[in-house]
Amino acid sequence: MTEQTQAVENSSTSTGTQIIRIISGVLGHFVVKRFLFFLFVVWLASTVIFIIPRLSGQDPVKEKLLLEAQRGGAMQTGLDAMAKSYQKRFGLDQPMWTQYLNFLKDLVKLDLGVSIAFFPRTVNDIVFESLMWTLGLMGTVTILAFILGTLAGAILGWPRKPGWLQYIFMPLLTLSAIPQYLLAMILIFVIAFQLEWLPLFGGYAPATVPTLTFEFAVDVIRHAILPAFAIIFSAIGFWAIGMRGMMINTQGEDYMIQADAKGLKGSRIFMRYAVRNALLPQVTGLALVLGTIVTGQVLVERVFSYPGIGDILFQAIRLSDFFVIRGIVIIIILGIAGATFLLDVLYPLLDPRIKVRKS
Amino acid sequence: MTESVTTPDAINPAESGGWSQFNEERLTPMKKYALRNPSLIVGLSMLFGMLFLVGVGHLVWDTEQFRPLSAPTRLAPTLSHELRDGTTGAFPFGTDTQGRDLLAVAILGTPLTLRVGLIAGAVAIGLGTVAAFLAAYYRGFVDAAIRSVVDVGLAMPALLILILVRINIGRELSIDEIGIAIGLTSWVFPARTIRSQVLVMREQTYVELSRLSGTSGMGIIFKEMMPNLIPYITASLVGSVAGAILASIGLEAIGLGNFSEPTLGMTIYWNIQFSSITLGMWWWWLPPLAAIVIVFVSLFLISSGLDEWSNPRLRKRV
Repeated sequence: MTEQTQAVENSSTSTGTQIIRIISGVLGHFVVKRFLFFLFVVWLASTVIFIIPRLSGQDPVKEKLLLEAQRGGAMQTGLDAMAKSYQKRFGLDQPMWTQYLNFLKDLVKLDLGVSIAFFPRTVNDIVFESLMWTLGLMGTVTILAFILGTLAGAILGWPRKPGWLQYIFMPLLTLSAIPQYLLAMILIFVIAFQLEWLPLFGGYAPATVPTLTFEFAVDVIRHAILPAFAIIFSAIGFWAIGMRGMMINTQGEDYMIQADAKGLKGSRIFMRYAVRNALLPQVTGLALVLGTIVTGQVLVERVFSYPGIGDILFQAIRLSDFFVIRGIVIIIILGIAGATFLLDVLYPLLDPRIKVRKS
Repeated sequence: MTESVTTPDAINPAESGGWSQFNEERLTPMKKYALRNPSLIVGLSMLFGMLFLVGVGHLVWDTEQFRPLSAPTRLAPTLSHELRDGTTGAFPFGTDTQGRDLLAVAILGTPLTLRVGLIAGAVAIGLGTVAAFLAAYYRGFVDAAIRSVVDVGLAMPALLILILVRINIGRELSIDEIGIAIGLTSWVFPARTIRSQVLVMREQTYVELSRLSGTSGMGIIFKEMMPNLIPYITASLVGSVAGAILASIGLEAIGLGNFSEPTLGMTIYWNIQFSSITLGMWWWWLPPLAAIVIVFVSLFLISSGLDEWSNPRLRKRV
């Protein structure tokens, strides 16, 4: 709804209908629609997460507490407090819908509960500490893989490329079929174990305490190189395949023939005409594979004992720390849904051909 | 797409002389096509070559030694090792820190992992195809409902949902149960892609014609659309199998597999758990790793070969 028409309507209608108009206008807006879908995804996902434990008929928390009680020892002291906190959290005597509403209320407040294995600590506390490591690694890696892979695919799909390039890139494409954590194991063996160029595992040297010094930063980067390359190597192929297909599709377009007829330089046709147009579907691809990237990285972190979410998840599974596992699942789904929402909203800015209808 | 380095033109009867011309006449069109589509052939022969070796292994090797403590521990590959009772035993793949014969593990584990993938792939493609046809053929409310389920499903990583389900079940799942669970969580992607194929197809003239001549909805789906979609569905099936194997190994590597089955994923789990790499026990992690790489690369080649088969527009492009 443009401002002009709105102004005309303002003078002729009462405030009541005006408000309804504005509300429906806002609801019809593309960004709002995407945001509502984002909320819908998060709501449906959390409902699934709420239902799963109740379908199985088992109670992992109670079982875990019983197990600890049988073992006795140091855990015994916290047991009462834990049980109380647990009862209060789930309100097990209350009807199902009250439990459900309480669960949603806690989610809105981003209160993910209390760890069972490390009792007084909250899930938020445990997860957010490791989230930094995961996000730092994943951000760098995803952007690098996207750029390198897209570039590789663009050159591969370009008819005027040197012939020998084919033989270099084909093995790279095959790498995309190999799971990231297996590449991680190979990298550890060759580079960290045999050649001893880089550290074997961890996020920083075992004896050091995280500080803001130059030495520590170098140490962190040295530890991040191998996990990063494990993910980059296998992701490059994915981006290259998609980009190559799009490049081939642009070859037949009229604007390519026109650019050629105008006698433009090859490099200009390549970057401004072919790549610019072939790039856009790649951004949509990014939204589709975010989930795969995250789960892949969780396993790579496990292989490297990298102090990110993957390592926390593994520890939590080993200790049957139900709330931590649930918290990690919720946070990852929130993150993926949020990132997809952002990509959806930014996409029309990148591609002016997609007109966003405002009314 | 990835027809590997040989171009289809490499098999050119005019260039390769009399022998190939003789053969050319006798080759059926299917075989001729296979020669033009090397990735399908290479992929299939890799997969079946490995299965053949596994089959031979089953016949000649004592696979009962996959259990822990059935062999000496931490043995590098050897053909003659003196056992405690004085006899000599051969361990061509070595043994691990818990005393498994790793050759037996490799022989049993490879088909088990493929089985998880096949079960999950079949479940996922079955559900996905049904959902896709329901959505694309009947449109309206059905389509809207299925589409939103698919959209939400795509936003939730299957592995995480599997972890939650497995934690709540609270017991180890059997191989078949893992396969079914993975299938149930991974049908949304095939549903989405097959749906868009059906949408294109239902506008085709032969479908219109069939509708005009009074064929029922089910008749159109099974007699007109299905036969044309089979190549595409087969290609998606291969993709789903690969995805399911990836998910099952992920689930096992993170410690939620079946601890009494010697699958490739469980072997990877034990490797990470006992940090075999830092122990220098290369013979422990190399066979499962090689097997997994062969499985994935061959499935990747098969699926791109099938892609070319189902989508002729991809042919002849390098």
